[in-house]
This record gives sequence, structure tokens and C-alpha cells, in this order.
Amino acid sequence: MTNTIITNTLRFIFLILLQVLLLNNINFLGYVNPYLYVIFLVLYPFNTPQSLFIIVSFLLGLTIDTFEDSGGINAAACLVIAYIRPTILRFSFGVSYDYQTVKLSSTPYGARLGYVMILVFLHHLILFTLEMFDFSHSFLILKKTLFSGIFSILLILIGLSLFKPKRR
Amino acid sequence: MQQIFNFLIRNKNNILFLLLLVLSLFLTIQSHSYHKSKFISSANFVTGGIYGWANGVQSYFHLEEYNKRLMEENKQLHNLLAATKDSITLETITDSSSFNSVYKFRVAKVINNNYSKIDNYITIEGGKNSGLKTEDGVITSQGIIGIVDKVTNNYARVISILNSETKINAQLKKSDHFGSLVWDGKDPNMIQLIDVPRLAPVKQGDTIVTGGKSLIFPQGIPIGTIVDFKLDGNESYYTINIQLFNDMTNIGYVYVIENKIKAEIKELESVDD
Repeated sequence: MTNTIITNTLRFIFLILLQVLLLNNINFLGYVNPYLYVIFLVLYPFNTPQSLFIIVSFLLGLTIDTFEDSGGINAAACLVIAYIRPTILRFSFGVSYDYQTVKLSSTPYGARLGYVMILVFLHHLILFTLEMFDFSHSFLILKKTLFSGIFSILLILIGLSLFKPKRR
Repeated sequence: MQQIFNFLIRNKNNILFLLLLVLSLFLTIQSHSYHKSKFISSANFVTGGIYGWANGVQSYFHLEEYNKRLMEENKQLHNLLAATKDSITLETITDSSSFNSVYKFRVAKVINNNYSKIDNYITIEGGKNSGLKTEDGVITSQGIIGIVDKVTNNYARVISILNSETKINAQLKKSDHFGSLVWDGKDPNMIQLIDVPRLAPVKQGDTIVTGGKSLIFPQGIPIGTIVDFKLDGNESYYTINIQLFNDMTNIGYVYVIENKIKAEIKELESVDD
């Protein structure tokens, strides 16, 4: 249990620093940035109380917002993801989630890919809609969501396969 | 009473979610309205410190570029000095660089710079302790950067000209026709001047400078050159695309300008109301 807390705290700090110091400065093609910190929401333990997860996600987004000077857009996006993650999990992994037996590393690849994709695209859609705050920019919102989303998903999948938990 | 507690406990996730959602939407809306985004900013002890530390590592890679800019600026200042000594009428040198002592210049270092979003901000190292105030103008030797928006003891946040909220008074260098400087959010090196009257002699390649109607910037600070222009819907005002002199993606060091008589002028203007 303590092990999980330490891992997640370190992951929290490391992902924020990586995001604000490195990934926010990529600006591929002028506006495409990956949001790798979403991997925190992907990996966060499934069997912990949801209220804690909601608070932690909000804090994660708010910290990123403070660094980026973007108001509360990341906080809102992370919050929504945290709130509906159980639904996404049930949708992606089916019955095994209901019995709390699911482990991300042992799920079939297709289901895992679907889970990551839903999470990331939803997060990015909320993020960029709030960033523009103007539906006359909806084409730009969709464009940014698509390109940044693909970039984020690629990095998250690479991250997942690099840091697989060791078999015991 | 018991039932209320039961209700709260049963729905604690939903209530928590709604509360935090309202809070984050409040912060978002606040960040979209000018002069109000004051609660959350990168100009604080922790984020400023981390950005400052990271910038200390990165800045070494740009030293050559910064040196070149400094030499270029020195060259201009030397030329100006020589011209001032030679000429008989000192009044002829009322160009961008000879400001009277109404303005005070300070130096600050850029530690974080955004340019890929719709509303971009810059964090600089230098705050109350070095004399910076909100609504000071920020420029480099090549052109304008933005306006100081929030100041803490050691750091300050600057609203970049690449922000949909900024509106800066600017004019043609040749004639005194002026307009407002806005950004459409597309290209970080291209900015728009709107509301220029149709009578103005707009020509491709002309220089745009800051106007005299602003209390923030001195008149005549260079901004950029005209790339193209078109009349708006009812054919009475120009919308002009301007190529910036500054490279907004690589700023380095900036000058922060304080207008010492700003308070006095504001007081005078408020008398009318």
C-alpha cells in the first residue's frame, strides 16, 4: 500500500516536470504538443476510492495549469476523466473490471488501446474546447484534438510498454 | 439530519466532482477575461523557481544569439550618439530610441515563453523587488513583447502580444493613422492591425510602430512591417497583416518600461467623469 502511494507521488511530480519543462516546448508544426501526463490517469490504481482519485486528478490538472497560465482547463479536463473513468473501464474491459480483478498490463492489447484512446481523445477535446472557448473555432479544436491526441497516444503506449511492471 | 448526512455520504463523489468542476470552470472563465486572471499564475515562488532553474541550464545554448543582438543594439545606439553630436538641431532626433525621462527602463530575463496557444503568457525573472509594476510595457531592442500583468516578489507574468485579449494602440510610421493591434491565433510571427481608417496611405513593406495614445509604451517603438492588407466588410477600415521584427519564439532578455507619470495622467482623466 505504502509502495503504491510512493510510486504515484513520484510519478505525479516526474510527469508534471516532464510536461512543463520539455513536452510543452515541442510545438511540432507550430501547435502540436503531446500531453503525456494523462498517463497518470491511465495508470492510477483501479481499486482505490474514487473520491481520492477525483481530488488527485484535479490537483494534477491545476498544477499543470499554474505552470502554463491557462486558468483551469487542464484541471477541468482531468476532473471529468477521473469522474467517468469507471464507466470507460467497464466499457473497455467488460465484466472483469466489475470484479476488481483487472490489471492493465494483463489485458488484451485491443481493449487496452481502446481504453487509452477514449481517455486521451476525451481529455484533449475538453482541454482544447475550454482553451479556445469559442465555437467559431470548432475546426481548429478538432484539428488540435486529433493531432495532439495521436501524438499523446503514441507516447503513452510507448511509456506503457517501457515501464511494464516486473513479473513476479 | 441523519438523512441529509446519508445523502451527502452516498453522493460524495458526485458532489465533489460538481464542486471542483465549478471551481475549474470559474478559473477558466476568469482566465479568458482581461484584467481578472489573478488567482492562478506562473509568477509564483514554486513555478517561477522551477522555470528559473531550467532556464539557467538552457540559456547557455543561446548566448551567441543574445550577444549578436546586443552588438546590433550597441551599433544602433552608437550611430544615434554620433548623429546627435553632429547635428545642429537636436529636435530632429525624435525617433524611437530617444525617449525623454518620463520612462524608466529595467532589464529582465525571460524564463518561460508560450506561443502555441490562443492566450499566451511569458514569465520573467524580476518582480516587485526589482521595481516592476503591473501594466509596465515589455520590449526588446527589436520590438514590443507585451504588458506586465501580475507581479510577485521575484517574478512577473507578461501578457504576450500573442494573446487574444491584448489590444495595443499602434500607428503607421509615415503618417499618424492609428489602429489596434490584435492577434488571430494562427502564426506566432504574424500579428494584425485593425481599425485603420481607409484614408491612411497603407503600403506593403511600411513600418508599424507603437502609437502615442497608450500610457504603457512610448510612441515610436518598432513593431513590424506590413505584409498585406484588405478592407473590412463595410469597406471603411483596413485590416493589416504585420510581420513582427521580434522572433517571438526566442526572446531571451527584455526591457521593462515604467511610465512615471502614468498615475498622474490617469488621475487627470478620471476627473472628467
